[in-house]
Amino acid sequence: MSDHIVFNEVSKFYGEVLGVNRVSLELPPGITSLVGPNGSGKTTLMNLMTGLIQPTRGTLNVMGLNPRDAYEFFRAVGYCTQFDSFPKAITGWEFVYDGLRLHGMSHKQAADLTVEALTRVNLGEAAHRKVAGYSKGMRQKVRLAQAIAHHPSVLVLDEPLNGLDPMARAESLALFHELGKQGMHVVISSHVLEEVDRISDRVVLMTGGYVIAVGNIHQVRQEVREKPMQILVRCARPELLASKIFEMDHCVEAKLHADGAGVFVRTRDVDQFYTVINKIVSEGTVKIEAISPADDDANAIYQYLIGSDGGTA
Amino acid sequence: MTGKALQLKNSVLRQPWRLWFTQIRSIVALETRRNLFSWRSWWVYFLAFAPTAIIMLHGLFDRGRGRMDEDTMVMAAIFQFYYLRLGIFFGAVGIFTSLIRGEMVERSLHYYLLAPVRREVLLVGKFLAGTIRAVTLFGSAVLVCFLGMYLPYGSAGQQFIFDGPGKAQLYAYLGITILACLGYGALFLLFSMLMKNPTPAALVLMGFEFISSILPPFIQNFSVSANLRHLLPVAVPAEGIFTLLTVTTEPVPAWLAVLGVLLLTAAVLVISCRRIRTLEISYTTE
Repeated sequence: MSDHIVFNEVSKFYGEVLGVNRVSLELPPGITSLVGPNGSGKTTLMNLMTGLIQPTRGTLNVMGLNPRDAYEFFRAVGYCTQFDSFPKAITGWEFVYDGLRLHGMSHKQAADLTVEALTRVNLGEAAHRKVAGYSKGMRQKVRLAQAIAHHPSVLVLDEPLNGLDPMARAESLALFHELGKQGMHVVISSHVLEEVDRISDRVVLMTGGYVIAVGNIHQVRQEVREKPMQILVRCARPELLASKIFEMDHCVEAKLHADGAGVFVRTRDVDQFYTVINKIVSEGTVKIEAISPADDDANAIYQYLIGSDGGTA
Repeated sequence: MTGKALQLKNSVLRQPWRLWFTQIRSIVALETRRNLFSWRSWWVYFLAFAPTAIIMLHGLFDRGRGRMDEDTMVMAAIFQFYYLRLGIFFGAVGIFTSLIRGEMVERSLHYYLLAPVRREVLLVGKFLAGTIRAVTLFGSAVLVCFLGMYLPYGSAGQQFIFDGPGKAQLYAYLGITILACLGYGALFLLFSMLMKNPTPAALVLMGFEFISSILPPFIQNFSVSANLRHLLPVAVPAEGIFTLLTVTTEPVPAWLAVLGVLLLTAAVLVISCRRIRTLEISYTTE
């Protein structure tokens, strides 16, 4: 049996809306982070992985298992979704225990694993309180406890750090790290790369339903940096600015705006581009009115990346 | 035994029946604990026990003035026109549509779908839990109505219930209640998985059930009330539009009527099982 999670040309459309498109991935055990802006397709990918939704095209399997074989599949997989909702009037203990009973476990087995899971996420004392009275962080923890209670070999965590205070974040990250070291698959989604890059063995960068980079954090950073980014510079003498831009090695394209009051620049090194633009402004040769990214997705990803190591190019 | 039959038998025997039974028991226990008594369902309790309150008042204020044969007709009319046509029907709408659709609205269905439980097993477990809830409510309401109707007659009432025709009538009412909960329950569970708002479909079904007695016999097989009408222990004389509810075109043996409802329930559950296999969680569209 394969120990990989494999996506083969997987696409998911919600009517005419794209969820993810032609995703092909092969994830070995360890910690994998899915990173991308809101709406980039991270949750869709996780829901596909766990059978909550079916692919429109393509195939996928998790360690050779198919979600349609629910018994084998969900004994091996735990999924902590980001839906912050619970069955009504339930306590934290009941929430975890009830889930385990559905595995067909005896009362004692289920009770022992419930105590273990709740202790592991530091919710032992609040276990018998109603979930409705929990803080957001506690609700996040009890969902995590339910996902890990049956000792799965694949743990899928959708934005697991949302709502946690810094101490709880650190504890959760340490727990994920420990689980990853034990040889488990831990798949974590986050829209902030900085949160997860230190513990991740690999990062899958997503935007607009597409996977744009996969690899360890350094490979991904390099891959994104090498993609040219488009920037619109609004200025008084765009043709003069364009001629200066052509002198820069990292700029691959400069195109006048249709209204004649700006230039679209495509650059491979945005940091260096901003440095040169600052110099032009200080020299006073061209009066710059505004600079804005013309490629929002790439800019968003760039922002994540510069947040992770201080932004040196 | 032919090769194919043997293959089918082996395939059936290979299934993990013990595990499925344990899981169904867990689902029923869990659902019953969570939903049997819930303030949100106050209107279902009201539907079940509204006639009970009226019968209790009748017993208190008309003590010694009523006639038992008249009250037998009143009980039959309450059961046939109220419980069968309205109370159990709308109670089943409330109970069975909440089993799957209700959990989608409350965004908690995924906890079940992420458990190592076959979806068909989940559906059967939930259906049984809904049936237990509906039968407990409406069965006890009918029982209390029946006792409240005859016990005020003292020893004559007790004799009617325990040694006279009353016992058979009570069993018939309770049996019909169970069958109605099964039949309507299966239909509303299916409706709730096919459409976001099952109320219009429930109203169409109500219209169909109302006119089912004047439809061709083959179509009557698909009506819960048309089948159950043959099991009613007391015939109620009706006038005007209400004759539609009491007319019996062709007498059908009781066993056939029971089998009809059970087959209808089973067929609808099979369709529901097929539907739940492809059910997707998309809470944002709920």
